[in-house]
Amino acid sequence: MASQEILREEPSGSFVNDPKIRSLFFQTLVVVLLFGSVWWIVQNVIDNLQRLHIASGFGFLKGRAGFDISDTPIAYTSDSTYGRAIIVGLINTIIVAVAGIITATIIGFVIGVGRLSQNWLIRKICTVYVEIFRNIPPLLVIFFWYSGVLAVLPAPRDSFHLPFGSYLNQRGFYFPRTVWGEGSWLMLVAFVVALAMAWFVAHKARQRQMATGQQFPVFWTSVALIVGLPLLAFVLGGMPLTFDFPKQSTFNLTGGFQIKPEFLSLYLALSCYTAAFIAEIVRAGIRGVSKGQTEAAAALGLRSSPILRLVVVPQAMRIVIPPMTSQYLNLTKNSSLAIAIGYPDLTATAGTVLNQTGQAVEGVLIMMIAYLILSLVTSAVMNVVNARMALVER
Amino acid sequence: MQEHDTSWVRTEMALAEPAPAGVRGPLAWVRQNLVGSVGDTILTILGIIIVAWVLPQVINWAFINAQWTGPDRSVCATVAQGGIQPDGWSGACWAFVNAKFGQFMFGTYPVEERWRPILVAVLLVALLVPMLIPRVPRKGLNAILLFLVLPVVSFFLLSGGAFGLTQVETSRWGGLLVTLSLSFVGIVVSLPLGTVLALGRRSKMPIVKMLCVIFIEFVRGIPLITVLFFASVMLPLFLPAGVTFDKFLRALIGVSLFAAAYMAEVIRGGLQAIPKGQYEGADSLGLGYWQKMGLIVLPQALKLVIPAIVNTFIGMFKDTSLVLIISIFDLLGVVKQNLSDANWATPQTAKSGLVFAAFVFWLFCFGMSRYSMYTERRLDTGYKR
Repeated sequence: MASQEILREEPSGSFVNDPKIRSLFFQTLVVVLLFGSVWWIVQNVIDNLQRLHIASGFGFLKGRAGFDISDTPIAYTSDSTYGRAIIVGLINTIIVAVAGIITATIIGFVIGVGRLSQNWLIRKICTVYVEIFRNIPPLLVIFFWYSGVLAVLPAPRDSFHLPFGSYLNQRGFYFPRTVWGEGSWLMLVAFVVALAMAWFVAHKARQRQMATGQQFPVFWTSVALIVGLPLLAFVLGGMPLTFDFPKQSTFNLTGGFQIKPEFLSLYLALSCYTAAFIAEIVRAGIRGVSKGQTEAAAALGLRSSPILRLVVVPQAMRIVIPPMTSQYLNLTKNSSLAIAIGYPDLTATAGTVLNQTGQAVEGVLIMMIAYLILSLVTSAVMNVVNARMALVER
Repeated sequence: MQEHDTSWVRTEMALAEPAPAGVRGPLAWVRQNLVGSVGDTILTILGIIIVAWVLPQVINWAFINAQWTGPDRSVCATVAQGGIQPDGWSGACWAFVNAKFGQFMFGTYPVEERWRPILVAVLLVALLVPMLIPRVPRKGLNAILLFLVLPVVSFFLLSGGAFGLTQVETSRWGGLLVTLSLSFVGIVVSLPLGTVLALGRRSKMPIVKMLCVIFIEFVRGIPLITVLFFASVMLPLFLPAGVTFDKFLRALIGVSLFAAAYMAEVIRGGLQAIPKGQYEGADSLGLGYWQKMGLIVLPQALKLVIPAIVNTFIGMFKDTSLVLIISIFDLLGVVKQNLSDANWATPQTAKSGLVFAAFVFWLFCFGMSRYSMYTERRLDTGYKR
């Protein structure tokens, strides 16, 4: 009886206990606190900047940089603007990130598959590799390549001679520079045409297979097209290619294409380090495909190579791609360690600009926004790949 | 009943035959694991070549040719380089590590005060070891001592300036001391902060949720170096004129905020893995939000993601080496700094110092990962999805 009487009463709790009002109150509090602290910070920043006589705003980007950059993929001198210096840094970051991602993926796949090998020795070697590189800081790997390996190479006079007229010494890796003569645009055109034709062939072959079940050797046709057409153009254009070989003089090597040790050590270190993580992801991906799938495919009469290509890898890719994306992002972010060995990436050039101009707020903002954009672009690309790979459910 | 002649039935058990020679024993193992097929054999030969090429070099370099003690660079340099070793000699210069060991551990912490970091290390081990062994009782008290009391005690012990201890500026801290204190504080701060951020991200309050999402995604999208730059050049601008605070503290704030964002994502994964019934069950018992989370959801969620949490710790431990960019000298920083010592400049110095630093980092990280695997096995209650 008593309980029924309680039920009949109006909900007597005060409005303090109403979840909606509580949530509203709490959020208002957060907003007030947030705006209060932001206002306080902005006020302080304005005061401090006035005291230090630093003009805020991005006008400084038009000023003369006055410092040199060792690796310049685009034209840059110390007379260029600060803005251009930062762009040079951004391009360097992108170059090292893309090169690192490609190499790390290849090494990572090899090591990851190696860890699942039937072969005991290969399995152990790959495990040792992964356990070493996963457990030391990337910065240390970079230093190791830079001061431990590349800095103790011989001086240019005693460079190591490598095949194809390339040299390796303290100042980096030299190899013949390709000099394209007249008519080499024909090759570029041929290459683009070949790509388009390969795509068309693949499209048609898929349609035919869907309709009739007949297969067409798409891969080899594409290879023939993509290699053959430019080669044909090359011969037709009168072989417009010469090499500029590095030449050894008394103290230095001249000519050729030089890869500086800063880039080399950053690139090698990032590749080795990230490869260990990618190897683990690949291993987990392949092990994530249940054994029943392999056995069912074998029962259908497929051989081991089509089983791998048509059944295991597509399913493993679904598991692999999302964590792989975050490793790619990590590699891009780790490329900022370039500053420690003096490779002029985004952080290094923006840091120099920041030190020279004292524009701390703008400098750090530019860095953050640039990396955020890089991260977003990488994620977007990988999301597209992921969407293509994802399971299409009915 | 008719009598059966059962003389053809065995009266005693047949003894088990030994397995065929082809499937057991070392030879069969070799056949299965090393020379199973032609490809396998080629791989094995390749592997043997790699091992035979690398291993003797490494052992020679690190042990046989290595120099363990010595006063200066001459023991690690060849005659041509102005030392005592024969030309073509190549070995580790552990003498360098030996001579600089104090610096690698404590940085430029005053020698007569080094008992203080050692005492802190002893306290840390004394509290950490019982915490890690599951059988030792009183985990609650232990945790309070380790995560609340120890940081305060260590702070006073290390920086001094009170209780009759001379003050040691943080700029004189260095080496492993900095690495460990940065990562320990990072761990102690980032776990609760990350939990709050993860709860905020799953909150039903839109503004709180939005703020948490922005913070987490923003921090995860930028490199730690930028966060450290932010902490070292922008943070001072945020404070009123005249208020300054220690560079070490700023690095601590940077590292903790960075780790908290990653931790938040890990914990969010755990929260998502808890079935809805658990949340609803807690609601139906009349528990409030914090009771529901603290008593029902978080204990299960955190347990699920222990391996990932430890991975984040390992990542953070490795990342502390980046503070050298804002000129705080952790283990790697001190090693790097000492490489330019003219007294020890030989071609082997850099390699030796860096290998030593790598070994120390490796020991800690490998230990953490093994411990997390052990915990994972111990806590595996079969609920994991």
